[in-house]
Amino acid sequence: MIHTRGLTRSFRARGETVEAVRGLDLDVETGSVVAFLGPNGAGKTTSLRMLTTLLPPTSGTATVAGCDVLADPAGVRRRIGYLGQGNSASSALRVLDELVTQGRAYGLNRSEARARADQLLAALELESLTKRTVGTLSGGQRRRLDIAIALIHEPELLFLDEPTTGLDPQSRANIWDHILRLHKEIATTVFFTTHYLEEADLWAERVMIVDHGRVIADDPPEKLKADLAGDRITVGTADATDAARAAEVARGLPTVHEVTVEGTAVSVRTTGGDAHLPRLLRRLEDEGVQVSVADLTRPTLDDVFLTLTGRSLRESADADSAPSAMFQGA
Amino acid sequence: MKLINDTGVAFTREMAPELRQPAGLIFNMMLPFLFLALFAPLLSSMGDVGQGSESHWQWFAPGILVLLGLSGTAGAGAALLNEMVSGAFERMLVTPMSRGAMLVGRTLKEVVILLAQALLIIAILLPTGFHLYPLGALAGLVLLTVFGVGIGALSFTLAIHSKKQQTLFYGIQQVAFFPLLLLSGVLLPITEDSAPTWLYVLSRINPVTYVVEAERHLFAGRFAEVSVLYGTIAAVAIAVLGVAVGIRGMRNATV
Repeated sequence: MIHTRGLTRSFRARGETVEAVRGLDLDVETGSVVAFLGPNGAGKTTSLRMLTTLLPPTSGTATVAGCDVLADPAGVRRRIGYLGQGNSASSALRVLDELVTQGRAYGLNRSEARARADQLLAALELESLTKRTVGTLSGGQRRRLDIAIALIHEPELLFLDEPTTGLDPQSRANIWDHILRLHKEIATTVFFTTHYLEEADLWAERVMIVDHGRVIADDPPEKLKADLAGDRITVGTADATDAARAAEVARGLPTVHEVTVEGTAVSVRTTGGDAHLPRLLRRLEDEGVQVSVADLTRPTLDDVFLTLTGRSLRESADADSAPSAMFQGA
Repeated sequence: MKLINDTGVAFTREMAPELRQPAGLIFNMMLPFLFLALFAPLLSSMGDVGQGSESHWQWFAPGILVLLGLSGTAGAGAALLNEMVSGAFERMLVTPMSRGAMLVGRTLKEVVILLAQALLIIAILLPTGFHLYPLGALAGLVLLTVFGVGIGALSFTLAIHSKKQQTLFYGIQQVAFFPLLLLSGVLLPITEDSAPTWLYVLSRINPVTYVVEAERHLFAGRFAEVSVLYGTIAAVAIAVLGVAVGIRGMRNATV
């Protein structure tokens, strides 16, 4: 559904050339839900803008829904739906009008556009708002309208640029319920960017982690976490001597990556932590080590990002200084 | 066919809120109203301002229509600029709609509003000393339409090029608007005798001057004047320039 080779985009900002995307090679298969996860400024939006024909690549090739983005941008546009970071619907216009306009922009006639708009309004629980001016809607309602707008022509491929940024957790979950239901109903491939770890973890079948314009990891979220971060078992002991003995025992377990001691606490990084925890506790009892507390933490994608880059995704979310891609060449 | 259809889509989208709230039409024409109400009455005490013995309304009204075309349509780009910043324009760019149609549809809407406002002003003036020459007025409105197309398209072009810096749009619009207005002889006649030479020369460089002079002749029912020809040339030139740079700007807005 998406194939890119060596896709690159650089900008000139204050006399310097900034490489926003460096040699992107992507292959996204039809029917999947793929997350593009990375801190702000990682090149997510710039990549998306190239794939949606909003921005010409500096070099490289991209085929989206079977059409080349440079040779046949109109073909790409006909086949994809797009939800940008901003508001798709104009705040001065009415909900239904914007939906019908969008349908007609894709060549539907007035009654087809109207019928399709009615279906989507019902599917996204917006029926009661059809005559409202877009500017009077809440953030969550507005985002649902944006999704309806992006899906008016039942695209094969749906691009979502930070679909839930700025919404409260409830609205975010609600938005995702809708997206995934429609993904199943109309068999749309979904490609979304996010800097919310939970969002990529919960909703994507496959996560690509992007940093400084490159994809640095690409796998299902479970595999990423198991391979690159692992579980963390923490046990509390009575004193430092016990802690040292506990660490010794832990090192003897198979598939343990790392054991660290901090005061009376021993921290064990491992794969299959759920199976190891009872085993470790039994051995410690056999050894006569008193364990006061035991805890198992499953990894997050932030741990994955930390392992890969040495930085926390949460910290680097605001610190990056790449140029705002929003208006570059738009 | 697709171009016409897309132009229709863009036009309908822009027209919908205007049709729902026709009162907005009037807010948009405050400036011409104010000049008509608070400035035009002063002209009667100034004696002969225009051409011959006609009422001062006959002289003043055509200029006010040009002012309407200049003030109303020049602001057209502001709405586009808002949509560029909000993301609504970007969403339209990802559809297969023709870029040219997006500009033409929007410009057509501005022209329809302009004509409605012009008719309203003419209707208001009918009870005054303003005499309506139907054929001349019709020709005058056609000329106004051409002028409006040009100014509207130029305003959209300015908006497209101001997307990275919105203040640019308002800055240039303000800086251009008043000199074009004051140097066009809309409010007071600018002649070789009445004006300092430098100001007269500037007014002759201003294309709006020629449009104003042509409108005055047309609304007085006089077609066979060389000013009508000059005014037509000026309006057509502005329209061709505006649409050409506007469509180029729209196309360059993306790949």
